Amino acid sequence: MKRFVGFVRKEFYHIFRDKRSLFILFGMPIAQILLFGFAITNEINNVDIAILDQSNDVTSKEIINKIAASKHFSIVDIIQKESSIESIFKKGKVKAVLQFENNFGNNLIKEKQANVQVLTDATDPNMANTISNYISSILKKYQQELNKNINIDYQIIPQSRMIYNAELKSVYMFVPGVMTVILMLVSAMMTSISITREKEQGTMEILLVSPLKPFQVIIGKVFPYIFLSVINAVVIVLLSIFVFNVPVNGSLFLLGIESVLFIITSLALGILISTLSATQQTAMMISLMGLMLPTILLSGFIFPISSMPLPLQVISNIIPAKWFIIIVKGIMLKGIGIGYIFKETAILVLMTLLFIGISVKKYKIRLE
Amino acid sequence: MNIILYIIRKEFKQIFRNKGMLPIIFILPVLQLVILSNAATYEIKNIQFGYVDTDNSSISRGLIEQFEASTYFNVSERFSSEKEASQAMQEGTIDAYLNIPVHFERDLQKDKTNAIGVFIDAIDGSAAGVINVYITQIIQGYNNNIAMDLIQISDTVQQPNSIDSIPLFWYNQTLNYKTFMVPGILVLLVTMITLFLSGMNIVREKEIGTLEQINVTPIKKHHFIIGKLFPFWMLGMGLLTIGLILAKVIFNTPMLGNLGLLYVYTSVYILVILGMGLFISNFTDTQQQAMFIAWFFIVIFILMSGLFTPIESMPKWAQILTEFNPIKYFVEIIRMVMLKGSGFTDIFPLAIKTLAYAILMNGLAVWSYKKTT
Amino acid sequence: MKDKNVIQVEDLSKLFGDFAAVNNISFHVKPGEIFGFLGANGAGKTTAMKMLIGISSPTSGKATVAGFDVYKEAESIKKNIGYMSQKFALYDDLTVKENITFFGGIYGLSKKQIEQKRCELVEELGLQEVTNSLVASLPLGWKQKLAFSVSLLHEPKIVFLDEPTGGVDPITRRQFWEMIYKAAHNGTTIFVTTHYMDEAEYCDRVSIMVNGKIEALDTPKKLKEHYKTDTMNDVFLKLARG
Repeated sequence: MKRFVGFVRKEFYHIFRDKRSLFILFGMPIAQILLFGFAITNEINNVDIAILDQSNDVTSKEIINKIAASKHFSIVDIIQKESSIESIFKKGKVKAVLQFENNFGNNLIKEKQANVQVLTDATDPNMANTISNYISSILKKYQQELNKNINIDYQIIPQSRMIYNAELKSVYMFVPGVMTVILMLVSAMMTSISITREKEQGTMEILLVSPLKPFQVIIGKVFPYIFLSVINAVVIVLLSIFVFNVPVNGSLFLLGIESVLFIITSLALGILISTLSATQQTAMMISLMGLMLPTILLSGFIFPISSMPLPLQVISNIIPAKWFIIIVKGIMLKGIGIGYIFKETAILVLMTLLFIGISVKKYKIRLE
Repeated sequence: MNIILYIIRKEFKQIFRNKGMLPIIFILPVLQLVILSNAATYEIKNIQFGYVDTDNSSISRGLIEQFEASTYFNVSERFSSEKEASQAMQEGTIDAYLNIPVHFERDLQKDKTNAIGVFIDAIDGSAAGVINVYITQIIQGYNNNIAMDLIQISDTVQQPNSIDSIPLFWYNQTLNYKTFMVPGILVLLVTMITLFLSGMNIVREKEIGTLEQINVTPIKKHHFIIGKLFPFWMLGMGLLTIGLILAKVIFNTPMLGNLGLLYVYTSVYILVILGMGLFISNFTDTQQQAMFIAWFFIVIFILMSGLFTPIESMPKWAQILTEFNPIKYFVEIIRMVMLKGSGFTDIFPLAIKTLAYAILMNGLAVWSYKKTT
Repeated sequence: MKDKNVIQVEDLSKLFGDFAAVNNISFHVKPGEIFGFLGANGAGKTTAMKMLIGISSPTSGKATVAGFDVYKEAESIKKNIGYMSQKFALYDDLTVKENITFFGGIYGLSKKQIEQKRCELVEELGLQEVTNSLVASLPLGWKQKLAFSVSLLHEPKIVFLDEPTGGVDPITRRQFWEMIYKAAHNGTTIFVTTHYMDEAEYCDRVSIMVNGKIEALDTPKKLKEHYKTDTMNDVFLKLARG
């Protein structure tokens, strides 16, 4: 036991003496959360659009005013002919062009029907779709105004309630996600170089010859980083709550425990990576290149997992971040307790044990 | 000049001899491009949908049938009470539910209008917005149907006004998200590989001591740097090529523009990244530090590049920051050139900024590399 | 007389903050000499050497190497010197042949010259079996002899050796010193740091650094006479004890 404590202490010294890395390990997650919390959103605001009004009548002008008044759009160009459309799309100046047909107003009066073409640059399909939807709803509202005095029978009116996030703030979705991704990457990266560094420096042999059991070496290596990562996690949660006003509807204590669990899972993954790598370079490249994109893309952080093709949905199950995001969102935004997230917690525990188990086994092999 | 060739040759030999790294440099990016691009989609599908129907009338059943028929919704369960439905939402088994109150049909026929409760899990705000639109559309469509069934043709029937918006989707009629994401992910992969490799490379020589040996030789520092970075430049271009081929073959990504233009731009872009890697390695002593710093920048660059979330939606100060994000330029340009067929004049403003960035970055890097300390 | 010295050092110092790693040292080295630069670990030998080979700028003082000023003409110095660092600094993941080709090329030797030198070297060191083996697979002694030979490829006037025989068995050490003698015999000046005091006996002259200063500078014979000891080891012990 004393040997173990001594070993852990050595690991602590390693870490705290490398001031530059330490600064990065703490400073960076904080900087990133702040940046992303404020900057990352997929709400559409002030999108640049252009108008091609071939009618130029009272009605079209009214509608254009409504659109200009919307916070979603910013009219930056008025074009006169259709042939200009291609050029402004190619230059990337606007995301959409609204084209009012000839005699728009007259058509509406005479035939009770008029069209507005919404030409969108659909290279970004999501943006294009959203723009279409917004324009459509602005037009529908205008239409309703016109039809105010006309009795339209039998209307089922949906009254929508947005649960957990009444104002549809994208921070609610992104901040837990950013938290998870950053914790995972920092933790896995920290430990992934820990073992390979010993290998490269040659001090690994000393450890192998020592009476420390393989199990103790592995745990000993993970331990100091738990401490560091917990500090990171606490700061991140505090930032989420106080700077971004993400509510914590559930138990803060439970959130804390689950965070520690997730941290241990990530650290264990890092250790596993380092037992599989021959050099520091390889270990780092795997944790960065190998973990980063899958974690961002498959964890449900940005893209909903249920919309992905089935094989990818299956693969997403092995990404620890996926489970933790469910847990964090559940506790913070839904206010649920351990009963609801038991399955996810159990999965994380299993993953941790698996990672540590394999690491110990690989380490043992070296002994033989 | 020959000296540069000696260095280039050595670097290539070392890269290809590093058996552990080869799969990471070549196979991993390719795998990720092919597999992960399929994950990227904002389409909302498989919406888990439940309902409470205490009315059980033909109208309410008809409405539910609409949802069952819709490809967006999976009508999973009928709940006996709102409490049960709300519970299910807590558990995460449903994304949205409808609450049809008792006497619904009767009140509708009496008052000509009636409200229905729609409850949507809005943690993902934008998804909730989309779900709401879908639900509204289905209900709207149903409204028109029942109006036709139930209405007695009355004499005072007035034709309502109808303004329709006709969406036309340029460059991507099928709204295929992969078309949008694949070029972007390719940019990411090329950037990551070149930044990490170049950042670590010189630090590694520092760590093992061979850098000192080099500094004692009369080699000019710009020869050394060019020789060191050139192989990674080649790697980046090679990866781009492989990526473009895969994009075409597997994802059928359009390539409307001039590929030559893309290559020329990429060659300048990679210089920016290499310059960054070199700059980082001049200020770090260990590979670990170099990687951490590179990681810090890459994560910020990736998430702020307009790859996953639009730059236009960011607050003004963030948009200004993105001016310093090289990935932003490449992502935009590759999309413009490949998907829209933009030409040289179209991308000129972005390209010239990249060039300036390349000159600045490499200048800084070369200047900060000291053979004598 | 002074200009003929290949290394001329006057009051050279290197300060790190307040700490004087090298504190006003002065000495000179004559052409073709084997000059031993001795001292305990941490005495400042490596720091001093780094200034002479042009990778560290002195804080104060004067020095010329091969006639070039260490402040302003560092790159010219590098053309005329060879260097073997403490870590041997050959590329482990390149073969013997590739290392030779690389360093030859860096020093501007032509293909023909490199070819010729390589054959001579391989012959001399008996490395025929391993020319195409990675340097990592060579035993320590071979690596070290190879590193020395590589530092001589471009026939420099002076060769700087930083603890070249660390960790090697006595026989290999002796063989190494035979190589040094041969090089000196051919006119190359050898500047070697070591903390093996028996190797000091092999040098023409030695200097001993203690805490950044040169406390002794003379031939081994004269030093032993002066300090009334039989071995350089004892001379050193006397000095180190202060």
